[in-house]
Amino acid sequence: MTPYQFKPKSRWREFLGEKFIAVNAFAALIAILLIFVFIFKEATPIFTSSEVQKEASLNKMTFKQQFQPDKPAKWSWQPNSDHPKYSLWPLFLGTIKAAIIAMLFAAPLAIGAAIYSAEFASKRMREIIKPVIELLAGIPSVVLGFFALIVLATFLQNALGLTYRLNILNAGIALGLAIIPIIFTVAEDAMNSVPTSLRDAARALGANPWQVSFTMVLPAALPGIAAGIVLGFGRAIGETMIVLMASGNAAIVSASFVDSARTLSATIAAELAEVVFGSAHYNVLFFIGTVLFLFTFLVNLGGEIVLQRLKIRFQGKLS
Amino acid sequence: MTNHTAIAASTGPALEFKPKSSGLIPRGLTLSAVIIIIAMLAVILLNVLHGGLGTISWEFLSKPPEHGMEAGGIFPAIFGTVFLVLLMVLTGVPVGVLTAVYLHEYTSPTSRTTRIIRTAINNLAGVPSIVFGLFGLGFFIGFIGHGIDTTLLGAEKPVWGQPAIIWAALTLALLTLPVVIVSTEEALRAIPRELKDASYALGATKLQTIIRIIIPQALPGIFTGAILAISRGAGEVAPIMFTGAAYYLPYLPKALNDQFMELGYHVYVMSTQSPDIEKTKPILYGTVLVLLVLTFLLNFVAILIRSKIRSRRISV
Repeated sequence: MTPYQFKPKSRWREFLGEKFIAVNAFAALIAILLIFVFIFKEATPIFTSSEVQKEASLNKMTFKQQFQPDKPAKWSWQPNSDHPKYSLWPLFLGTIKAAIIAMLFAAPLAIGAAIYSAEFASKRMREIIKPVIELLAGIPSVVLGFFALIVLATFLQNALGLTYRLNILNAGIALGLAIIPIIFTVAEDAMNSVPTSLRDAARALGANPWQVSFTMVLPAALPGIAAGIVLGFGRAIGETMIVLMASGNAAIVSASFVDSARTLSATIAAELAEVVFGSAHYNVLFFIGTVLFLFTFLVNLGGEIVLQRLKIRFQGKLS
Repeated sequence: MTNHTAIAASTGPALEFKPKSSGLIPRGLTLSAVIIIIAMLAVILLNVLHGGLGTISWEFLSKPPEHGMEAGGIFPAIFGTVFLVLLMVLTGVPVGVLTAVYLHEYTSPTSRTTRIIRTAINNLAGVPSIVFGLFGLGFFIGFIGHGIDTTLLGAEKPVWGQPAIIWAALTLALLTLPVVIVSTEEALRAIPRELKDASYALGATKLQTIIRIIIPQALPGIFTGAILAISRGAGEVAPIMFTGAAYYLPYLPKALNDQFMELGYHVYVMSTQSPDIEKTKPILYGTVLVLLVLTFLLNFVAILIRSKIRSRRISV
């Protein structure tokens, strides 16, 4: 008797087994669809219910509103006042400002490190860089938020003489720490996937190593690096715990980068627990969730398409 | 090698350009980016280590919080975290593994189905964690849980239609699904063709080959995926804050519909809601240290197993 004696084939078992595996394989797809359906479902009263629209309509969430007759119209997010105000502009502005600071901080560092790792680093150096990036990626965002709240905020306030301890600069830098690994990984992958024949050609033409990198590899990998930046931006927009803990959470309209600010994601996290089930406020929070979902969905789709094209170009036409 | 390369190579020194610079500046600039990143990571880790090491003791790890979290330990949070990720692994990993098996064994990598599923997986990985939290609340609690309560139990008080550890675990299982799939797929790719061929040659069907040959061979990769999922899931706070995590509970969760305390959520609560942050600080740092050690240890084990799989793939 060999250990590899199989039972007689059962066509039924084979058929059911395959179907069972196939059903599981569609879980991710079904999950994406369900996420959209169930979040949008809770946001629909904004478009359909006149009761909800009295407090929060698309118009009221977008344009300046005159709240008091003797004062100028303004954008205001005050869902818990006697006359709830649901303007999304302060939140949009806070989100964008935090993401911009995060990108300005993270992109140069991540791309610089990726260039060094892919082009200049010795094998031993690379064995240090890779685990460092993995460690950074492994830090839970709540720990980065904690660090920004307790340590970084005090440091920045003392160093720059800021009025507010918790502000968008503080949150943006901590957010940057969270997206460095994303940009680094995608950018480094793109540079490593540039075919060796291209490098060889440049080297054969007499370019020295850094000339090969900057005139050959970088331009060829540019779409991939751009995709890394876009994916990092998507993560920065959706990241919650860091901005919730480090930004100060004041929903104000301001152009300053050292004021407190509140982001879309932090608003959901801070307010959903206390909201009345089915109220206009509840619907608006799910509407914000829908916006976040759609935005990150498009960003990820775009980034993925760029990366796939790059892969086809490097592996299809060349080599 | 393409034609122009061959030509360029054959011409030799005649085409040699004089380099204009040694490349010291680009090399130095990019190296400094690396050094800054390493330094920042070191500052964070040393700060947590310095602040938290003094707090760690057997009492801290085994006792519940006291005096509004200014004293005592974090045992309920550790227990809740372990319970949570166990449920998450039990529900999420099988689905992820079967997805990877389907993509790798049943469909061609270029087929339409594969492309759609793959796009869905990539997009699932990019959905913000707070959106998972909203989904968990709307779907698991509001739809499934409330549905069970009203149609099956006819309960007047919510039994399943309320925040509970099972809903938080299911939400996290969805969030970590892409991690499991990617990791399993890598393991599947490392299985030598000959093993599968031998199995078929012995008369095994596809399903038998999958159950007896492919999945056992992929176990290290599946294990890696599960560990990475745990390390990711143990650190996520936004998806569980509305689906089951509690500020403080005097009891440990015993049933699937109990609420629970969790390390990451405990860090968030202590650092933002504490009336006197200076008094809470030692415990706060201790909790962060425990959370970091937990996630890093898990990551480290996963990296070790993964590098073993990769070296096996090269040797075959």
